[in-house]
This record gives sequence, C-alpha cells and structure tokens, in this order.
Amino acid sequence: MMQLSHTWLLDENPETRFQAGAGQTYRMVRALLRNPLAVVGLVIIIGLLIVAAFAPVLAPYSPIESNLGARLLAPSADHWMGTDELGRDILSRIIHGARITLMIVLMVAVISAPIGLLVGTVAGYFGGWVDRVLMGLTDVFLSMPKLILALAFVAALGPGIENAVIAIAITAWPVYARIARAETLTFRNAEFISAIQMQGASHTRVIFRHIMPLCLSSTIVRVTLDMAGIILTAAGLGFLGLGAQPPLPEWGAMISSGRAFILDQWWVATMPGFAIVIVSLGFCLFGDGLRDVLDPRNRTR
Amino acid sequence: MKSLVLKNSSSDDVWQRRRQRSLRWLKSLGGFAATIAMTFLGLLAITFVIGRVVPIDPVLAVVGDRAPQDVYDAVRAEMGLDNPLIVQFVHYVGAVLSGDLGMAVTSQRPVAEELARVFPATLEMATLGILIGVLVGVPAGVLAAARQGSWVDQVIRVLGLAGYAIPAFWLGLVGLAFFYANLGWVGGPGRVDIFLEGLVPSVTGLLLVDSILSGDWAVFRSAWSHIILPAMILGFFSLAYIARMTRSFMLEQLSQEYVITARVKGAPERVVIWRHAFRPIRIQLVTVIGLSFAQLLEGSVMIETVFSWPGIGNYLTSALLNADMNSVLGATLVIGAVFIGVNKVSDLLYRILDPRAR
Amino acid sequence: MSLLNIENLRVSFPTEQGPVEVVKGISFELGRERLGIVGESGSGKSMTGRAILRLIDKPGIVTADKMEFDGLDLTTLPNKQMRALRGARISMVMQDPKFSLNPVIRIGDQIAEVLSFHSKLNARQRRARVLESLEAVRITDPERVYKLYPHEVSGGMGQRIMIAMMVILEPDLMIADEPTSALDVSVQAQVLDIMDDLVTRTGMGLIIISHDLNMVARYCDRILVMFNGEIVETCAASELANAKHPYTQGLLASMPTLDEHRNRLPVLDRDQLGSV
Repeated sequence: MMQLSHTWLLDENPETRFQAGAGQTYRMVRALLRNPLAVVGLVIIIGLLIVAAFAPVLAPYSPIESNLGARLLAPSADHWMGTDELGRDILSRIIHGARITLMIVLMVAVISAPIGLLVGTVAGYFGGWVDRVLMGLTDVFLSMPKLILALAFVAALGPGIENAVIAIAITAWPVYARIARAETLTFRNAEFISAIQMQGASHTRVIFRHIMPLCLSSTIVRVTLDMAGIILTAAGLGFLGLGAQPPLPEWGAMISSGRAFILDQWWVATMPGFAIVIVSLGFCLFGDGLRDVLDPRNRTR
Repeated sequence: MKSLVLKNSSSDDVWQRRRQRSLRWLKSLGGFAATIAMTFLGLLAITFVIGRVVPIDPVLAVVGDRAPQDVYDAVRAEMGLDNPLIVQFVHYVGAVLSGDLGMAVTSQRPVAEELARVFPATLEMATLGILIGVLVGVPAGVLAAARQGSWVDQVIRVLGLAGYAIPAFWLGLVGLAFFYANLGWVGGPGRVDIFLEGLVPSVTGLLLVDSILSGDWAVFRSAWSHIILPAMILGFFSLAYIARMTRSFMLEQLSQEYVITARVKGAPERVVIWRHAFRPIRIQLVTVIGLSFAQLLEGSVMIETVFSWPGIGNYLTSALLNADMNSVLGATLVIGAVFIGVNKVSDLLYRILDPRAR
Repeated sequence: MSLLNIENLRVSFPTEQGPVEVVKGISFELGRERLGIVGESGSGKSMTGRAILRLIDKPGIVTADKMEFDGLDLTTLPNKQMRALRGARISMVMQDPKFSLNPVIRIGDQIAEVLSFHSKLNARQRRARVLESLEAVRITDPERVYKLYPHEVSGGMGQRIMIAMMVILEPDLMIADEPTSALDVSVQAQVLDIMDDLVTRTGMGLIIISHDLNMVARYCDRILVMFNGEIVETCAASELANAKHPYTQGLLASMPTLDEHRNRLPVLDRDQLGSV
C-alpha cells in the first residue's frame, strides 16, 4: 500500500499523477494553515456550514411561529439575542437565516462564475472580433454600479430570493470574464495547446478540457473574495424588501424589520447585522489567504 | 562646431519624440471618447432592457396594476410597444438624450425634474463623505506604509477589512441608535430639523452652502448636525478603501531605486516619503479617489434610505416600493451616468497628469 | 589615515530556513584611491556598498567590528549625522538611471535637492550650481536638460546626470554600483571617463562595484575579488594577471580576447570552489 507520509507528499519528483496532485494540495493546505487570519476565516466558513446544516437541531425555537406574549424581549438567558416584534427568538432566526445566506451565495457563484469563465476563455481563445465583442460587453457591465443595477433588475423581475440571486449574478460575472480572459491569454499560444490542437481536438474540447481548468484557481480565489460583497448586496436587497420575503428569516430583511424599533429595542436590528459582519469577514479573510497561496502574483503585502 | 551640431540634433530629437507622443496621446483620447460613448450606450441598453424586455407587461410595470384602462392604453401608445424592439430602443435613446425620462407615476411630474430636485442633497452628502475619506484616508495610508507593522498599520488593515464586511445600512442604523438616540450628539434622520425646513432660499441646492449664503446660522448648525453622521459613515467606507490603496501604492514606491537615491542624497525621512514616494502616486490616487467617489454615490442609496435623506437614493428606493418603474429607471440612469462619468474623468485625469503618459 | 576602515562586516537576512549571510565578515581599508570590488551577482558586493551607507533596510541585519569613515564610527553614528554624511561626504551612483531617478521630478530639481539638504544656498545660487554640475558631466545644454523629466533623456545622459547629482558637493567617497552595466556599450566608456576625470580632479576616494573585470582593472588602482560573501583576492590592478585564487583565475580564463581562437570558453567549477 502507498504510504501517505509527509516525505511522500513533499517528494520533489512525484512518481504518479496522484502523488503530484496530493503533494500540491498538501503544500497548499500547509501554506494556508500557516496564515492565522486565513484559518480564522476558514473556521467561520465551516461554522456557517455547520450551522446551516444543523439549523433545526441548533435553533432553540421556531424561526417562523410568532409568540405575541414574548414580543421584543431584551437578550436574556432564555433568548440570548432577544425576541422580535412577533415574539420570535432572534437567535433561532439567525441560525435558520444562515441557510438562506449560504444558498444565495452558492447560487450566485454557481450562476455567475461559469458564465464569466465561459465568456472569458472563449474571448481569450478565439481573439479577434469575438474577443472585442465579448470584452466590450464585459467592460460595459463592469463599469456599471453593481448595487443600483441589481436594484433595477429586481424591480423589473419582482421581489424574491430567486430574482435577487439572478440580479446579483448578472452584475457579478464580468469580473470573472476579465480574469479568465487574462489567464487564457497567458497560455493561449503555449506549446501544449498547439499539441492538443494538432491531435485534432475540437475548439470546444480545448476550451472545456484544457483551458478552463487552468483558469479555475484564479476564478475560485476571486469568487471567494467576492462572497462578502455578494452577502452585503443580498442583505441590502433584503433590507429594501426586494430579496427574501417575510416570514423568511433573511438577515437583511430582519434588520429592516428591526429598523422601526432601533431606538428602543436595539437588539432586533443589531443582532442580524453581527451575523452578516462575521460571515462576510470570514469570506474576506479566507479569500485573502487563498489568494496568497494560489495566486502569488497578486500577493498583498 | 561639433558640439553645436550635436546640440541641435539632440534637441530636434526631443521635439520629434514629443510630437509623436502628443499625436499618440490624441489618438488614445479619440479611442477614449469612443469607449465612453459605448459605455453610456450600454447603460441605456441595460435600462431599456430592464424597462421594456424583462417585465412581462412593461405598461403595467409603468402604470401599476390599479390604473384605469384609458391610462393604460395611453401609456401603451406612448411607449410605442407595437414597434420592433430596435425602433423602440432608438426612440428611447432619443427621448433620454433630450432629457425626457417619462412621468413619475406617483407624483405625475416629469422624472427628470424630480431627479434634478433631489440630486443636490446626494451631492452634498457624497462630497462631504469623500472629503472625509481623502483627508483621513490618504495620510493614514502613507503613515501605515512608512511605519509598516505599527499600530497605524494595524488599524488601517482592520478598517480595510471592516469596509468589506460591514453592511453600510446596518452601520447607519447602529450609528443612528447610538449617536443620535443614546448620546444626542448628532441630528436625527432628514436634512435639517423640521421646524427649520424651507427657511433658506435654495440657490445651489446644497443646504450647507445655501445657509451660509443667507447667513442663517441656526439652519447651518442644524444641517451640519444632520449631515455629519451619514457623511462620516460614507466617508468611513471610502476611507477604508483609499487608505488601503494608498498603503499598497506607497509600499511599492518605498521599494523603488529612486527612493534609495533620495536617501543616498541625505534626504530627511519626511522628504523621502512625501516628495519622493508620495509624489509619484498622486496620479494613481486620483483614479482611486474617483473610483471611491463613484462607489460612495452608489453606497449613498442605502445610507439615504436609512437616514431618510431626501436625495436620489431615497427617491430610488421609495420608487421601488411604489413600483414606479419610470422613476426607478430614471434614477438608475442618472446614478449610472454619474458613476461612469466620474470613473472616466478620473481615468482621463490620470492621462493628463502623468508626465510619462503625456 | 585611511578614509574608510572596515573590519569583519557581516550582512544577513532572515529567511524561513533561518538567517542567510550574504556578506560574511569582510575587512578592507580605503585611502584616497580607486578601489574595484569584483564578483558575480549574489557575491555580496552590492550589499557591501549599501552597508557602508547604512542603507540596508529591515529585516536585513548589518554588523561590523569596525566601520569607520574619516574617523567617524558608522556603526554608532546617530541617524541625523548619518543623513548629513550621505550625499555630502559619501555618495553612491546606482546601476540604472531609468530606476534611480525619480520619474515625476524634473532633473534639475532632483539635483538641486542635494544642495537644499546640505547647504544654505538660495534658489538662484542652487540653480547656478546645478547648471555648473551638468556642464561638468559634459552636458552641452544644461538649461534645457534642467527642465526635462528622466524619461526624456537617454540612458547615458541619465547616468551622467546621476553622477552630477552625486559629485555636486564633492564628497570624499563615491560608491559606484555597476555604474555602466545598464548602458549601451557605446556610451559606457564615455560615462566612465567622465567619472574618472571628476574623481582625479577632486581627489575623492572611489569604489567601483562591478562584475566586469576588464573595466575595473582599467579604472581602478586596487581590486578586491568577492565570491560567496567573502573577499577571496586583493591585489593591485596591474598585478591582476598574477592572481592566485582559483576563482579569480577562473574569471580571467573565461574572458574572451580578440587575438585568440577558442571554441569553448572555460566554465567555473563551483563545486570545487565551494571547498576551497
């Protein structure tokens, strides 16, 4: 049996593709774990995943059912974060809200990253007028104010989580297209691409099998760094009543409903905000660390 | 004799090079104008798509679902929905260029007129915000780079992260609860205390300036106490960004050879930092500040909503809630145009100011 | 009395694998003479030059048993007095004027700065001195050059401007760190002649740091050969052909000359040198 030892992983001359891959991953993880801030970020993200997965178990109360006898209670042993205007436990709502936030973030990433990747690699690979048209379009979107654009889109599509996700995704893809194109251009004329082409591979195959995988790491870094922005935009849409609709415990919408009580019952609007800050911070820190490991060229000093 | 010939040829050379460079510059300016035109056209296309293509019934989106049939029909005819999309788009662009953004459903007044009325309030707050951002952010960034690892540096780092992770609208609410309700240090929502409203004639539309012009210090004080908190919150976000960028530009500069040259010459540290390292980045900073100002205009939408600030952002969000599509698109168009304009102007300034690009 | 006296100078940088010494305890003396320090890149010669000016930035660490300039102890001199020394009594010409001149300050103003740091001359007097110094490096139209930005002049002229800036206060010691290796071959000799001329005229001490053995042999009185952070050979420039150390011999042997035919230039055997 092979031995997954330290020396085997760090071998400068790997014998198999698997060993090379495993070694590379091992080195990356080690570099990542050496950065304490990145570890904090990772811990926060893992925490978010756990909370989202086990929300019904972790939440002490129902996030939806109202209990008018317990309206607007201050934080206490029974209700760690107090209760809202319908007597719902805020902690429980925040725990369930983690699912919504996670879903929004993942959906936006799943929609926008592939679009950006496709546009960028196609533009970079074919060059010429294809490049000019696609990048012209990308630049137009890139120079628009994102939040305003998302607002206008949701206004036209109608409020709701799905439409908020679509609107955010529409404003998020151009960055990935730019990155993927820049990356593609660096090895567009490399020998290994010509070698594959000479073997008779179709353009589609070259792009999907050989170019896209190489653009993946910088795209992933950028997506992670953008997560915080996506969370803030989604919360903003929720705050304006354009995202998740009541009674869903979306964090932005919770802040919005707490707005009326901000002067006397500060916790209603304040607590969900802390959740947003912590989770956004987690993605920022982890993204920064990931960039330093995967993309040393853009290292921040 | 020989040296004279040499001199002439070399000075001709410089002129030649200068002429070529300015030619190249004019050419790039032409390309630049074309990109701006394309970007504005793109903005129009996007608002057009949002207004006419995305909604299932664009007429309904404009008039609302409670409109009587004759209003519906009139608007439908006015929008020219029977024409092919491209013709509609050309008409739309023509209308926008002539300053016609349609009628606001709720007030039944032209959207352009309403936007002109609310825009100064936004401008006033955003300007104060960017002033805070630049006046604090730039020196902080320089200091952080000059004393890498010091407490200033750490604070800048934390602020930079906070700028990415804190929702502006939430910070506004918390600030309102704390500084207004709890401490009473600042004025509450709105632009000025209610009983002082409408006391000074609107000359510039900027209340701080108007109250100074009319010498009404009570209004000025009240307006100041109302604007300072939202402006500081906007300023905080641009400060975080500007300081972070200044810091990284400065670090790059401080590792340059000419900074060593300055030290070799015996320059005091102050001169090394502000003259030799900071001067070359002033031009880059223009772009960063422009970008930051544009983002701040965007961020003011949320802040205005929280502070009931009667600016374009508040106008946009209340139009959203009333499903007043003409107003939404008009506000989007104006904010988008200013956003693009500020960005492109700072880009242009970069080209004009850099002796190397000239 | 010697101008510069260095004993056991060490420069090290911390890395993840522990500190790495790039200068390993070198000692030498310098009078009012022209000294060449020769070595390949990474031999520590540039670090030596910068250590003398105390310009090694953190996290680099410089130690020396003795580092004296004209009787002043450079290891303990307060920063303020060190600054007064730099530019006025010790100066340094760096490799590439493209990088060593500030791109956004006019050339004349960059030179005039030295005067404003170290003298009480007024603006008009400073300007006159700058124009004089530009003429001294054989720039024929100093008035025009004064107003130019560095990107508007050629590399050769840039380096002459750099030299003008560094000699304007007639320092006692000038360090020239690869002063010609970024320049076209055609102007290298001109720049070196100008520098040599100024050095002889003002009687300053000169350290030329270079990888170019021929050039150093031609313009210097004495030569130090550095390898791997240590001085491996010290000799008079005229005695270079009799060098004893295998590294120097290797360097000499690998230089092609016009009157010979060799199909293959000898290459240094580094493994063997490491054990010397």
